[in-house]
Formats: sequence, C-alpha cells, structure tokens
Amino acid sequence: MFDSLESTFITDDIRIELAGQNTLMLYFGTNESTTAKQVAVISPAISNKVHHAVQLIRQHLATEVIDVIPSYASLLVMFNLLEIDHHQLRNKLTTLLTQCGSDSHKKGRVVEIPVYYSPESGIDLARIAKQARLSIEQVISLHQAQEYRVYAVGFAPGFAYLGEVDQRIATPRLTTPRLKVPKGAVAIADRQTAVYPAQSPGGWNIIGLSPVDMFTAQAQSPMLVEVGDSVKFVAIDKQQYLELGGQLNYATTASGETNSKE
Amino acid sequence: MKTLTSSDELGFVVTNAGILSLIQDAGRYGSFNLGLTNGGPADALAFYWANKLCGNTLNTSTIEISLGGLALTAQRDCVIAVTGAPMPLTINGKGQSLWQSFLVKAGDTIRLGFSQVGVRCYLAVAGGFTIKPSFGSTATVCRESVGGINGSKLMVNDVLPCQGVINSAEKLKLLMLAEYQQPQYSNELVLSTVLSYQQQHFSMIEKRLFFSSDYQVSKHWDRMGYRLQGRAIKADIAGILSEGICYGAVQVPADGQPIVLLNDRQTIGGYPKIGAVISQDCAKLSQCRQGDTVRFEAISMSQADNLFHLQLSRLQQTKLIVCS
Repeated sequence: MFDSLESTFITDDIRIELAGQNTLMLYFGTNESTTAKQVAVISPAISNKVHHAVQLIRQHLATEVIDVIPSYASLLVMFNLLEIDHHQLRNKLTTLLTQCGSDSHKKGRVVEIPVYYSPESGIDLARIAKQARLSIEQVISLHQAQEYRVYAVGFAPGFAYLGEVDQRIATPRLTTPRLKVPKGAVAIADRQTAVYPAQSPGGWNIIGLSPVDMFTAQAQSPMLVEVGDSVKFVAIDKQQYLELGGQLNYATTASGETNSKE
Repeated sequence: MKTLTSSDELGFVVTNAGILSLIQDAGRYGSFNLGLTNGGPADALAFYWANKLCGNTLNTSTIEISLGGLALTAQRDCVIAVTGAPMPLTINGKGQSLWQSFLVKAGDTIRLGFSQVGVRCYLAVAGGFTIKPSFGSTATVCRESVGGINGSKLMVNDVLPCQGVINSAEKLKLLMLAEYQQPQYSNELVLSTVLSYQQQHFSMIEKRLFFSSDYQVSKHWDRMGYRLQGRAIKADIAGILSEGICYGAVQVPADGQPIVLLNDRQTIGGYPKIGAVISQDCAKLSQCRQGDTVRFEAISMSQADNLFHLQLSRLQQTKLIVCS
C-alpha cells in the first residue's frame, strides 16, 4: 500500500521527493548518510545552491516546467503533465543538477532598505529590547549590522523572508497574530525579518517602518528584491521617512484569529 | 447595427453579486517568484465544460459562482452556458437547463438560485469576458487583491464586457453535454492521494488511521483550503523549514486535523504534509461544503498519472450534442 515511494539522491546533498501529481520536490543540504528525517538548516551556501538550481531549471527545462518555488533549503518544481512525466523529469533533473554548486554564477544584488526605527513606528521595539536586556538603540543597530539574504518569497505578494537576524534580537511570533499590520512594517520572527508589502494580518514583532514599496503590481519588475538577493537595512529619521512618502497615521488592530500565517 | 467602438464596453451588468462570484480563467502560472498563488477554477472540470459549450479556448475567462445568488442583465445578444452545481437557473424568470449553451438577448435577466448539493457553477460566454489580465491571468485571488476587476469579487453594477454575437444572421451553434456525461455532485467523496513530502514523519499506524477514517468538512472551507475534522493524526515533528506547497497538498498542523490546500493556497508554509490529493479529486472536493464526508485513498504516482491521462482522453472523446 505505501511502498511505491522513491527518494533519490542527485548528488550527496540534493534529494528528489514526490510532492504532488505534477510536482516534485528538491531538498538541499541533506546527505546520503543522514536520514530523510534530518531537519535541513538555513545557510547562505545551501541557499546559493537552491538559487543556482532555479537558474539551471529555468534555462534548460523551460518547456517542461511550469513554475518553481524556491525556499530556504528546498525547491518545488511544478511541471506540465502533457510534456513530461515524473520519471522523465527525475532523470532530467538528475542529469542537470549534478552541475549545481553553491558558487552561484549569477550573484544576487544588494538592496538597501531605509527604515524609520523608533518606539513610535515600531510598537514591539521596547518589548524586544527589554526581553533581550538591550537598549532600544542596541536592538536597532543589531538589526542593521548585517546583510540579510532573501531566502524565500511567499505568504503575500512581495513578502520576502530575510535571514538571519542576530541571535540576541531573535523573538518568537506573537501567540495571537494582529489583524492589521501596516504596510512597510519591518518585523522580526525568530531569526527571520521582513518588510510587510501591504497592510495585512500578521504575527511578527514590529520594530520600524519603511517607506519603500516592496511590491508594485503595475511595475515592470514588481518586486524590490528576489530570492538570492541581499538586503541591508539603513536607519532614517522621522523627517526623512515622511519625505520619502512614509505614513504614520496607522494603528495596528488588536489581535484576533486570522486564516493565514506568514 | 452597433459599431465596435461604442459597444466595446458592453456585456453584462451585475445586478446581484451573490455570495462569492469571481472572474476565473485557467489560473495564474509563472508568478510564484512574486509570492502569487495560482487561483483559477476550483472545479476545473465544470470550468472546462462551460468553455467547451461556448466554443471557447480552455483559458477563457468565466464567472465562478460559489453557493449562488448571482444575477446579471445582458446588454447585448450573446451565447452563454452554465455548468457545475445544480443551481436553479432562470432567464427572465423562466427555467433554463445547465450544461448547454443558449442565446440570451440584450435586456435579458440571468439569475442563479442556491444549490442544495455542490457549491460552484461556471458561467461562460462565447468569446469570453474581456477582462484585463494581471500577471498573465484574469483569475481573481481576493486575498492578494489580484485579477478580476480591481482584484475583487464581483460587486453590484460591475460591467463585464464581452464580444456578443457578432452577426445575428450567422448560424448559431448551440451545444449540450449529454445528461449521462454530466458530473454528479455528492456529499460523500473519496480523495485519491499520493503519499509525498513529509510522509516519512507519519508512522505506519498514523498512515493507516489516516487512510481508514472518515473526515467531515469543517466550517473552514474556502478556495484556499478545506479544513477537515475527524481522527487526529500525528507527525513526529511539529513544523518544518518553510517550503513550497503544491495544489492538493494535505497539511497536518499540530491539532492533527488535515487541511487540503487548493487554488488560493499560500505558496509556502511550514506545517508537515502527508501527501497530495490528485487534481481531479481536488476539483470534486471544492464542490463539498461543511458537514460533507470525505475519505482518503492512497494511490501510487503511476496510478495518479494513469488517472490524469484517462480523464484527459475521456474528455477528448466526449462529443457534445449539437442542438441547432
């Protein structure tokens, strides 16, 4: 009954699994000596490989593959059942991805995102500082101290999962998400950080506001960043924030049940 | 005869939007990198027939009516067809059958009542509704505010432009699907499911329980996913690193109650998944509502392939009846 499952290794750290009727899943960063149960880890090297695999698939399997969803250590491949079946696709992926390495030849861009950090714009900033036994200024400077990588895009149009924040300011999601988080909110969940592209429900901890548009539906390139790019946050003051088109007349709504989880 | 320029914007006026009526073409593919989901018809089979009956290509924009209540007024003569759940359909108050194309005249009122079994209907018009695509598709995903008219469900007074009958002298080809070939909707369903994803995190006992238990559709059922209620099954992990979610994926959160993810699912997520329901059964599931009973049946990927190609060849062999 449950014996027709195939898990194959392309290289010692790329594994193919079934996902659905027209989807296969590639897992990265697990090797043959470990079991499939081993939890994958977040690392820029693994993410580079995922990114490289995306490029190879887009380049060589454009007819067979409808779309892909890259994430931290995985790549969902949705294919056209009228062009290819999962056996053939497995073979093609196996051949293609043996050349997949962590030195991505197309390096992602570094995008600077201005943030107005303050207790006024970041309603969870004081709590994070208190929990971390840091000053608010230290939290702000730790958040800016590193370049973050775009590991995945999902949850909402233009929502980019960035990692990883300094362990000292890592903060778990709110137990009950807020019904309304303002557009531009810069927030932290565990060791991830993100900018909310639009007003939406959300359970991440808000530390500031950015005036930039993460997603512009009408634009030629609707997204400010893509998977594989890097983000650097730069502090701006209230005056600059307002001059750049930022708004402050927002209110987060009390928490309540929502359907989605980012 | 009206000139093209003045009649470009004519079509149908929404006089009652119903509970949830959405413009849907075959779906949005190629925008996962932006975080955009697929959308598209929840019941791809009924959608297929609506377009076929109107002589349309398969990616033509239709209206998906959930539960019922939609009323439209035609502004021009056109050929339309309604397929799907057996919602009472009237034209100017007079009953009209589903699963066939027919002519409506400018000024006619088209009204859909509420179905007792099944959830969704598709209203297609010959030539399709002329809706500007966003990201390559007209599929409406309300959660993303993308597609349809301004990313929203249909509202009263929306105008849905369409081509209409170009020349009334031209012989109209009206078609119907024979009754024995029309899909039947039921409140009990078996969902063929391929074991996949994190299936190794569910023990053999949990899998056997999953595939031998009845589940009820809970009150949380929509185009994003169907939450089921029944025997809880447990994975040996609470969460996973967020990863891509396919159509039909069966996600099992900590409470052990499975969720089947459908057209408007979020593209990535971090709950363990035991497998994926095949697409033709996802379409059937989308015709279920709260309280309906489903059961999962394990099939191999080869069986899933066979079922896909069998359905395809059956569809290609089905001949529509020419009524005029």
